[in-house]
Amino acid sequence: MLKSSVDRVAEATPHAIAGRMRGLSDRTLAWLFVAPSIVLLLAVNIFPLIWTIRLSFTNFRVNRPNAAVEFVGLKNYLNILSDRDIWLTMQATAHFLIWTIVLQVLIGFALAYLINKKFRGNDLWTTIIVLPMMLSPAVVGNFWTFLYQPQIGLFNYAVGFLTGADPSSFSMIGDVALAPWAIVIVDTWMWTPFVMLICLAGLRSIPPSIYEAAECDRASRWRQFWTITIPLVLPFLMLAVLFRGIENFKMFDLVVQLTGGGPGSITELTSINLKREAFEKWRTGYASAYAVILFVTVFGLASIYVKALNKVKQR
Amino acid sequence: MKFRHARFFAAFGALLAAGAAGTGQASAKELTLCWAAWDPANALVELSKDFEAKSGIKMKFEFVPWPNFADRMLNELNSGGKLCDLMIGDSQWIGGAAENGQYVKLNDFFDKEGIKMSDFIPATVVGYAEWPKNSPNYWAMPAFGDVVGWSYRKDWFSRPELQAEFKEKYGRELTVPKTFGELKDIAQFFQKREIDGKTVYGAAIYTERGSEGITMGVMDVLYSFGFKYENPDKPYELEGYVNSAEAVKGLEFYKELYDCCTPPGHSDAYMSEDIDAYKSGQVALHMNFAFTWPGINADANVGGDKSGYFPNPAGPEGAAYAQLGGQGISVVSSSEKQEDALAYIKWFAQPEIQQKWWQMGGYSALLKVVEDPGFATSQPYAQTFLDSMAIVQDFWAEPSYASLLQAAQKRFHDYVVAGQGTAEDALDGLVKDWTQVFDDEGKY
Repeated sequence: MLKSSVDRVAEATPHAIAGRMRGLSDRTLAWLFVAPSIVLLLAVNIFPLIWTIRLSFTNFRVNRPNAAVEFVGLKNYLNILSDRDIWLTMQATAHFLIWTIVLQVLIGFALAYLINKKFRGNDLWTTIIVLPMMLSPAVVGNFWTFLYQPQIGLFNYAVGFLTGADPSSFSMIGDVALAPWAIVIVDTWMWTPFVMLICLAGLRSIPPSIYEAAECDRASRWRQFWTITIPLVLPFLMLAVLFRGIENFKMFDLVVQLTGGGPGSITELTSINLKREAFEKWRTGYASAYAVILFVTVFGLASIYVKALNKVKQR
Repeated sequence: MKFRHARFFAAFGALLAAGAAGTGQASAKELTLCWAAWDPANALVELSKDFEAKSGIKMKFEFVPWPNFADRMLNELNSGGKLCDLMIGDSQWIGGAAENGQYVKLNDFFDKEGIKMSDFIPATVVGYAEWPKNSPNYWAMPAFGDVVGWSYRKDWFSRPELQAEFKEKYGRELTVPKTFGELKDIAQFFQKREIDGKTVYGAAIYTERGSEGITMGVMDVLYSFGFKYENPDKPYELEGYVNSAEAVKGLEFYKELYDCCTPPGHSDAYMSEDIDAYKSGQVALHMNFAFTWPGINADANVGGDKSGYFPNPAGPEGAAYAQLGGQGISVVSSSEKQEDALAYIKWFAQPEIQQKWWQMGGYSALLKVVEDPGFATSQPYAQTFLDSMAIVQDFWAEPSYASLLQAAQKRFHDYVVAGQGTAEDALDGLVKDWTQVFDDEGKY
């Protein structure tokens, strides 16, 4: 009788090793398999986090290796929370976050609702709409600076064409009143397709039988929309809001390319401010405390939000 | 079978050993020089071919665009990286690099090789090589002299109809401005003017927010208005110097110049944006470092007789100063090829190499080159370079310069471009920020 390959491997395994292996429980084997992932997670996520928390209580500066590192207690945290400039960056971030989410949800849902209808060229339009989110944020930031250019920019030209205003009379990224909206417009242009895709998944998950039953009950389209479509798509919408919220809270590349945080500090989001503290001013301890505060904020808000999301899903 | 295996492993081992030896040999004969990505760097690549031929050492270059240059290279220095053997670092880095042991001290090397700092333009030695300033402790050799100055459209200035109109309006000739007041008049005169069917603007000045742009521009003007970094008799005393009435007037002037006379959308412009504005024929006046002048002179659109050059005009009290640019060349402490790196500096210090450096577009800081009787007339901008180098001042070169710079960037951009607060608020705020930085550094 021919021996199976398993038998051959078993026979070839030295007795000492085989003995040890036979003694392993399923649980131990399971731990052995997940151990590399856990070690990696500890090394690249947990250890840096703990190290950052440790540094946040010191005056360490990475560009001053010879200077003594002193424990400063909560000084960094108190300085950050009482710094007017940091609260201004928080305001800028909140403006960016709220408006991008509002616009992306409204436009994304509207687009998904339209795309969900069967019409000719549906697939082509879907592909065209999702193109912006496939581009690199740095590239998008760069080419929108050209679109916003007062003398040659297409955006200014279009606004001028539609309103009759002189295109070179306003600068989207150089004007204090317009720059916060300039970054909102670009992020909305880029990421609305993402929200649209999630909403589309939600819309397509609604069984047609529910609408058919509503039709039988002579429910109007408007009523169907508010009592069937919205409640069933809501968990998907909330998920999209969560993803976009987390992403935009740490927005960096797009805005740096577009405005560099200017004019002045009007579009200096917290992530840009944090980068300046950490890698331009080299205040490592201070920047670590800043990072911890942002982490706790995002983590806390996201946890509350996920609980709310779960409640909606359970309804 | 065993014999075949043994032969295989022997051959494999020999191959590995040869590879390792080859790698070792290649790295011993290779040097990496780090600098900004700009025209002079390309000239240095060409110039360095002579060093390669004479020494047998292959030169590699790591050039980073200006907006990211400081970030990238300071990261490299701070992390003790081995990417760069030679660093042509910005003048403001010298304090930090010296105090943190990132550059090799060059005094012994200079003494041994007979390289004298007295052979270089004094301002470049203080600016690029010394730390502490005005002490004979050298951490670099002046490599590239640079200073902020102006280029202007000579062809526009010489048009009779414009000259007549200007004279009628301002009561003087349309010529190179002697004061900043005159410069603003000229910029206003050209703002939104139709020339050859195209709308042109007054001046391209520095307004960049991200790295150091607006600070270089504002400082370039503030010096001539009477700004002082500190009490000359009491170091680090800033109140009344940084925010003096003269400095406030200077900052107000810069904002007025920005508001009245720059092209639309000029809210985040530094070297490359300014030169683009000038070369594309958009502006009459162009603030920029001297390194841009060879490129302007050779430009098909604005080069040759179409452009002229002038140093910073004087402030209200007649004083004229200019912002120092430029860099020194240093040996990085973490380099394992310091001997070869020093050999490069020795080669670069030779007068004939420095002469060639100037001819190729590099601004030599060697006195023998710049004091040559033919130097001032060798290029249309050479005399302006000499005049400008004679009036330079530099930003802080303290180890904490990055924090000082970022504070200035924010305060100046908030006021000049974003129009928030007053010039007095901006400079008072700057005093507060800088005092905090020096306090953290234990200077008080």
